Amino acid sequence: MTVDEIKAAFLEALNRVAPEIDVNDLDPIEDLRDAFDLDSMDILNLTIELHDTLGADIPEADVRKLTTMASAIDYLEKLLG
Amino acid sequence: MTVPTKSFPSEELIKKPSLFGAVPPNMRNYDNLCASFCWETARNQIDGLSGGALNIAHEAVDRHVLSGRGQHCALRCLAKSGACRDISYTDLKRATDRFAHVLADLGAKPGDTVFSLLGRVPELYITALGALKAGAVFCPLFSAFGPEPVQSRMTIGKAKILITTTNYYQRKVAPWRTKLQSLQHVLIIDAHGAPPEGTLDLDVLLASAPAVFEIVHTQPEDPALLHFTSGTTGKPKGALHVHEAVVAHHMTARYALDLHPDDIYWCTADPGWVTGTSYGIVAPLTNGVTMIVDEAEFDPGRWYEILERERVTVWYTAPTAIRMLMKAGPELAQQRDLSRLRFMASVGEPLNPEAILWSKHAFGEPFHDNWWQTETGGIMIANYAVMDIKPGSMGKPLPGITAAIVERANGEGVKIVNTPMMVGELALRAGWPSMFRGYLGEETRYKACFADGWYLSGDLAMCDADGYFWFVGRADDVIKSAGHLIGPFEVESTLLKHSAVAEAAVIGIPDERAGEVVKAFVALKPEYEASEELRRDILGHARKHLGPAVAPRTVAFADDLPKTRSGKIMRRLLKAHELGLPEGDTSTLEKMTS
Repeated sequence: MTVDEIKAAFLEALNRVAPEIDVNDLDPIEDLRDAFDLDSMDILNLTIELHDTLGADIPEADVRKLTTMASAIDYLEKLLG
Repeated sequence: MTVPTKSFPSEELIKKPSLFGAVPPNMRNYDNLCASFCWETARNQIDGLSGGALNIAHEAVDRHVLSGRGQHCALRCLAKSGACRDISYTDLKRATDRFAHVLADLGAKPGDTVFSLLGRVPELYITALGALKAGAVFCPLFSAFGPEPVQSRMTIGKAKILITTTNYYQRKVAPWRTKLQSLQHVLIIDAHGAPPEGTLDLDVLLASAPAVFEIVHTQPEDPALLHFTSGTTGKPKGALHVHEAVVAHHMTARYALDLHPDDIYWCTADPGWVTGTSYGIVAPLTNGVTMIVDEAEFDPGRWYEILERERVTVWYTAPTAIRMLMKAGPELAQQRDLSRLRFMASVGEPLNPEAILWSKHAFGEPFHDNWWQTETGGIMIANYAVMDIKPGSMGKPLPGITAAIVERANGEGVKIVNTPMMVGELALRAGWPSMFRGYLGEETRYKACFADGWYLSGDLAMCDADGYFWFVGRADDVIKSAGHLIGPFEVESTLLKHSAVAEAAVIGIPDERAGEVVKAFVALKPEYEASEELRRDILGHARKHLGPAVAPRTVAFADDLPKTRSGKIMRRLLKAHELGLPEGDTSTLEKMTS
């Protein structure tokens, strides 16, 4: 899976959980919790969406790696690679 | 009407050792303490001020400085970045004195409402205690609220001064600020010399304020704290607490949390919810402990690291977090040296027996569940260090608190239910110090909470033959998600502002981590057609205006919503449909097709 495909899947999952975020205008290193008030339930739901779309099994101890777009893509790339 | 329960809850008694450890508990024997307890003795554990005055901030801060414990660390503030800042009781006295000066200089009078909209940063704690010193009523708002909950609460509370950040101000307050006439000043904590238009730079004001302030001699019945809670109908309710509440805060933390002055204590609740103020600001400080304040959100690795590194001895957290830690696995806990942990407690919703048994396995100590509400101001029913635990039970009433299961009689009054394990409404004999003294501007709603000298909690519960109380559910449609009460009306009102929504109903759906999560059903206006795009648009609309903590996590379309003949949406029936439960009496119901 290419980085672009992972990015697209991440943004789609994020849009399902938090449609109020304009994913076209996302700062890759911005913490989603600070910028948009995402809470731990949101981040958890994000992992469930990513599991459904990418088959990614994300342990709960790793959810902190999903809190910025850049760190999430980096993490998913390693996980799926 | 009460109904007998089908079966006795599962029991796996956790016996408590008869010998005490190195730190003997404050409560040595539950029954003996209850028998000898009186509120007058509890009042003697706090200092008070001359002339019968009483101010929470004096009890929390100044008295420790006066008694020679000023150098003891009061707050250890952990920033998201990992930075750590220690604030001693002396530092806290100076900072809160200065802040109280700023408020007084801005014209704040005793009884004025000071709001904060801040994360868990040092300024939040200084604002809370400084506002109390100035005689103001302090109201902390949860920083993840969206603009609508912020506006409604500040409007009901007639906010005069707000302390917040540039980011929160611009996103959540500036768009509607001109609508709130009472709001005179907005103080920005991170302005760096350039506060947004119409606001003031707090650092500049603090720099010119004297470091000593003569604390306002408030009376025990003067209002001190304002916390909002939710009902099934109507706007959020502003529950008002008085300075005398500190008597209960202090006492309950000694017995239900077993706080000792040398404890390193961590309450993970945000002060935007009542637990985070009563037991995340006031009670730990009146007891003179060192309090851990973590700015960051829940994260299993970070939390275990804090427990180990900071040598936390007493930990007060919530079932949602505990269940998330369970999912993360016991090995994360077992890799850490958590031997300092002496007492762990949980509040927010009933802690399931599996979680209690898991904690014993993972930490070597069980969590102690307890029960209370925004209105009660402090812990009312608890499991104690010294008392055997029946996992799943909220425990027994605090000394000085009389609890009962009651049935509301037709029209007026209540009848006490004495039969063990019969479901009824949990009631408390009115008159304890931290009992709320009113819902702001809503005397009728306040009076409706009392009958025959009992406070009626709205929670259904039962009491077993040994005097242990068991939570059953809410008597109304209020949703409890991650320990927070969410009023369906507030959520539905926001959904109805979406141009496509004709009708909306919101219910709580069981969730293994959060207890319940909010689910919305919407009926569309005729000119709109259901689509995934529209569903996301409605969800995004709700999240943007309410904030994720209050907004629905899911939105579903419904062709028709069940209603009574008078047109009221039957949330209970919707929930029964959704969960496949019996629907009960539907004789007053008819379905309307949109």
